[in-house]
Amino acid sequence: MTVTRAPADTLSVLDRPNSYIGKTVPRPNLDRLLQGRGQYVSDLELPRMAHVVFLRSPHAHAKIAAIDADAATRMPGVISIVTGRELEAVITPWVGVLSHLKGLKSAPQHAIAVDRVCWQGEAVAAIVATSRAAAEDAMEHISVDYEELEAVTDMRAALDPAASVIHAALGDNLAFERTLDAGDVDLALSGSELVEADFVFGRHTGVTLEPRAVVADWNPAEARLTIYQGTQAPHMVQNIAALHLGLREAQVRVVCKDVGGSFGIKVHIYADEMATYALSKLLRRPVKFVADRVESFNTDIHARDHRCRGRIGVRPDGTITAFEIDDLTGIGPYSMYPRTSAIEANQVVNLVGGPYATANYRARARVVFQNKNVMCQYRAVGHPIACSVTEGLVDLAAAKIGMDPVEIRRRNLIADDAYPCASPSGMKFERLSHHASLTKLLQMMDYDALRAEQAALRARNVHRGIGIASFIEVTNPSAAFYGVGGAKISSQDGVAVRLDAQGSVICQTSITEQGQGSESLTAQIVGSVLGVSMERVRVTLGDTDNTPYGGGTWASRGAGIGGEAALQAAKALRENILNVAAAILQSTPAELDIVDNGVVNAADGAPRIDLNELARIVYFRPDTLPPGIQPELMATRHFVPRQYPFAFTNGVQASWLEVDTETGFVQLLKHWVVEDCGTIINPQLVDEQIRGGVVQGLGAALFEKCIYDERGQLTNANMADYLVPMSGEMPDIEIGHVVSPTQESELGAKGAGEAGTAGAAAAVANAVNDALRPFGATITEIPLTPQVILTALGRI
Amino acid sequence: MNAPVPVSLLVNGEPIDAFVLPRLNLADFLRENLKLTGTHVGCEHGVCGACTVRLDGEIVRSCLMLTVQAQGASVETIEGLSDSGEIADLQAAFRERNALQCGYCTPGMLITAQDLLKHVSVPDRRAIREHLSGNYCRCTGYQAIVDAVEATAKMRAERGV
Repeated sequence: MTVTRAPADTLSVLDRPNSYIGKTVPRPNLDRLLQGRGQYVSDLELPRMAHVVFLRSPHAHAKIAAIDADAATRMPGVISIVTGRELEAVITPWVGVLSHLKGLKSAPQHAIAVDRVCWQGEAVAAIVATSRAAAEDAMEHISVDYEELEAVTDMRAALDPAASVIHAALGDNLAFERTLDAGDVDLALSGSELVEADFVFGRHTGVTLEPRAVVADWNPAEARLTIYQGTQAPHMVQNIAALHLGLREAQVRVVCKDVGGSFGIKVHIYADEMATYALSKLLRRPVKFVADRVESFNTDIHARDHRCRGRIGVRPDGTITAFEIDDLTGIGPYSMYPRTSAIEANQVVNLVGGPYATANYRARARVVFQNKNVMCQYRAVGHPIACSVTEGLVDLAAAKIGMDPVEIRRRNLIADDAYPCASPSGMKFERLSHHASLTKLLQMMDYDALRAEQAALRARNVHRGIGIASFIEVTNPSAAFYGVGGAKISSQDGVAVRLDAQGSVICQTSITEQGQGSESLTAQIVGSVLGVSMERVRVTLGDTDNTPYGGGTWASRGAGIGGEAALQAAKALRENILNVAAAILQSTPAELDIVDNGVVNAADGAPRIDLNELARIVYFRPDTLPPGIQPELMATRHFVPRQYPFAFTNGVQASWLEVDTETGFVQLLKHWVVEDCGTIINPQLVDEQIRGGVVQGLGAALFEKCIYDERGQLTNANMADYLVPMSGEMPDIEIGHVVSPTQESELGAKGAGEAGTAGAAAAVANAVNDALRPFGATITEIPLTPQVILTALGRI
Repeated sequence: MNAPVPVSLLVNGEPIDAFVLPRLNLADFLRENLKLTGTHVGCEHGVCGACTVRLDGEIVRSCLMLTVQAQGASVETIEGLSDSGEIADLQAAFRERNALQCGYCTPGMLITAQDLLKHVSVPDRRAIREHLSGNYCRCTGYQAIVDAVEATAKMRAERGV
């Protein structure tokens, strides 16, 4: 690990004796998951709970002429069959736009389709029964009379003035357009070698192992709705559910225990989830919805789906003079609510060229409606597109002028001493470490030796490639992400910490846990700051009744924002404890410290009073305290970054792989990542976040694609046909770190959740092209399936 | 064929007698009838491995098996393997190595890994990756899981287990 800048002197709370910060410690409560005793929403059963299944449209675009559910209603176990029109009485429709994405438009979307369906998989009726099997049996007896409409599927054709308009009231199929022109691109390009390419990114999806699951429980006697949902943002769900059901926020409680994978898939609110909340209110009983795998493929948000024309200018000395992109992305028939489906294209515009010093950058991004499933934020929003285009162009530029891919990066990456600075798209960089990261990566992979090995093997007709991809990553988002656009998605997080009556510590945090280690990092920080052992720290999260208000977990904000809130809350509690300890011990807070669960003399470490004893006095014998002392053994603090809208992080990845030029198969041999997420709280958890992210990026690079036919039918909506990375195909992934803490917080932590996914596909694509260089073939499309590779090689 | 039929089997050593619909799959029976929710359902068509259980000593996909096919069999789930202590060392290795994130694949992963370790004393990483290649994990990137299984194999070999 390389530390580029020592933490400031004020970071003393991180340097306390027995600090857990920076140490690998096992996550608390793992035994629950290891013994199969987790509490996922799909496991939940409540008294009188009914099950809902949704009848979904087989057509990508059709009018609903009539629904006949009479026979189905008489089937055993059926409680109710509800159409979109009937559900309208309980829940209002929504429109997924944000005011700061100027011009973004979308149409009202209903919990269940009313009159018209806009993608294959949109629900047209809900069947509620005593069991899921009974509901599915009844569903087969509903007949729907559809009048099929023309399906607009190709995003280029959708913009043709002659194309049918999906939502007539919107006038056309263009949901959003953003342009940017910084520096003087024309001038820069006129004196440069030019390289152009069309980059194509398939649609893929999250494939969380536990499908989306909700149990909604309306208690009419309390006039309260309890929503048990695998979500990343409980308070957002609370707010949205209340808004559309006509309730106050205080009437809605969202509980989220274990979540079987999220990755951005579970940060949205889906129409079928809204319908489930509404059905519970309508039917006055608990209703459970668990998507099956086919439904997951058809309704979980899809991601990416871009065609991006990119240009780069380069001088013979390797200087990159300009980037230019024209990006087109298809989002399905609605902009997703409440985060909108324009954020990804906006990110692409923000991030292209990001690691490089050129000031000349022109971009256009257009976001297009189609009759396909909705497309929205998934892990590393926009990052893989921006990184693949940028790094693909940089490699093409290097090839054009005959320069090594590493050398061209050395000459153009923003210098490590150039900060703070801004990108041509206006992104503010506090401090990045591109060169230190690249240097470390080359050491880790032994770049020169790999190049020699590659050359030797090439002579034996074995074709291996090296791909490098530098990237920047958006983390720790402030209100600039959603709040300024009017979305009620909190960017701040809060933590409450209290000392209990036996001297243990209870933390309530608004960040959530999906396995990335939120509980662990919170306990590590609080334990360190308070001087309490981790075993004595219990973390509560995922419950809007029992945690401070906050954003939850998305855009890599848990450690950087929730972690800082935990640190500040623990500091405040520590001060409160020392105050009461000083009163009990007739000392001063400055003369005391807390170490190993007890108050000690700061000077010599001599034990003075155990926290257990202190708590006993405060809670049970306050009569023995001096007059005027009111101990507060609880403290709450909130945090959000204000100075920088986002904490940008950076890193670089490398892929080493072999292409079988006879079969088109790619074998991944090794993958390296160097990443700078600032202060590292738990090295193992950070590395595993990055590894997991890399593998999601590798899936996109090689396997994953939602394949639609021209009528908008998803043809591979199951795990047998939609390929995901399995252990047999995945390489070992080596991780290194450079550490540049953010100065915006005392903790100094930035995010690490997107980093792996951000650069993996770009590294693989560059490596495949590197391997294929002797054949003069260049591929700018993912996934890099054998068919794509053999086509590029002219073999098929 | 649509009426419930009697079935008798051992689940984690406990005799179970029940009437089940012939179409009820074993995963749903374990989860819904017996409340053994450690057996997870991921894809419902035999691809992801989350529902892996042991049936008469062999690992099976409980989503691909009907409950009535388990008549007279002995079924072991993650709860049983945890309580018996059979995989305590493997679970400890997973904990130490953070070989799980969301934990949804973990029961199936552990049962599959234990199956490999019963048949091959010290498998190499390639063999571990191949044996686990029917179990989908979206969170970890697999490397930590491979590390944990490899470490368990070596510890068992040293102990002469």
